[in-house]
Amino acid sequence: MSQQELAWTTQLAWIVEPGHPDEPGVLWCGTIPGGLFRSDDRGDSWQLVESLWSHPSRQKWFGGGYDDAGIHSVAVDPRGPGRIVVGVSCGGAWRTDDGGATWEVAARGMRADFLPPDQAGDTDTQDPHRIVRCADAPDVLWTQHHCGIFKSTDNGDQWTEITEAGPSTFGFAVAVHPHDPDTAWFVPDVSDEVRMPVDGKLVVTRTRDGGRTFDVLDHGLPTGPAYDLIYRHAFDIDDTGDQLLMGSTTGSLWWSGDGGDQWHEVSSNLPPIASVRFC
Amino acid sequence: MADLVFAKAFRRHVDCPDASAPGDDLRSVLDHYFADHPGVRGYVLDDAGAVRKHIAVFVDGDLITDRLDLTDPVEEHSTIHVFQALSGG
Repeated sequence: MSQQELAWTTQLAWIVEPGHPDEPGVLWCGTIPGGLFRSDDRGDSWQLVESLWSHPSRQKWFGGGYDDAGIHSVAVDPRGPGRIVVGVSCGGAWRTDDGGATWEVAARGMRADFLPPDQAGDTDTQDPHRIVRCADAPDVLWTQHHCGIFKSTDNGDQWTEITEAGPSTFGFAVAVHPHDPDTAWFVPDVSDEVRMPVDGKLVVTRTRDGGRTFDVLDHGLPTGPAYDLIYRHAFDIDDTGDQLLMGSTTGSLWWSGDGGDQWHEVSSNLPPIASVRFC
Repeated sequence: MADLVFAKAFRRHVDCPDASAPGDDLRSVLDHYFADHPGVRGYVLDDAGAVRKHIAVFVDGDLITDRLDLTDPVEEHSTIHVFQALSGG
């Protein structure tokens, strides 16, 4: 598979993440059309990470929901500076342990049903919608992928699919508990083709046993028909693991202070929410 | 005869059965298919005859390179996959 020539133009700065605490001032920025940038001066200036931009795999990346591929996740490894996993729609996941000098495939085990069947396992064209890392167990990564939910326990070397997760395994958002790698949250929608909560009932799903079982959480969420869609950056967890924030494309914002057992509406009259973040 | 396979996303909107069609490039194969299934044309091609945005067409697993004129070659037993990427997220 090959892609037509890309213009060297940043269409969207999709995600900005601070680097490791031992490298203050470092920021990572993932963009559409797939450029990863690094700043060493808190964003005053940026440098394209040429090693990833010129990686041979990038010729196979393509847009998932946008015209061109995009980097939406930068999962920083707390064990040391310069160690990150990036997620790309649709370009799989890539890991560097040397500040971006070299990159390793981090998408084995993911599955794509939007490709010809013999390419379903192609690591260069997977569509993880969002990848998050457990701070206290940094080898554990979770992803809400276009084709389901996957978990890695080895820093992205291999992913295992979670096939049952409440109403659906399709969605965009995922959060992992910062201290408990077995606890993660998702917001399910019907499917790729039907992007709304199953039966018009907005719920959050939560596993506390590594994906074997899921709770369906809806206390405080709309009791009537709701068609809120939660985009990949519009779901966040704080450093304690107790507080969650969730914003929707229809301008609703909810907060939970107890891990999602009870939700509280902050507003239902906001513009479409692309991103929420605890600071 | 090449085999045409459509993603399930299309089937919600238009009757597009998988089928075989003759031709030695993508344009000719699709033209033959659209002759039997005229309603599908507008879902795959735009008004200028180019592949619509967010539609991906693969010939034997390779993403086509000519989305404007559809000149990618097709073999006798090729398989053509037509996928739709939905927007947003």
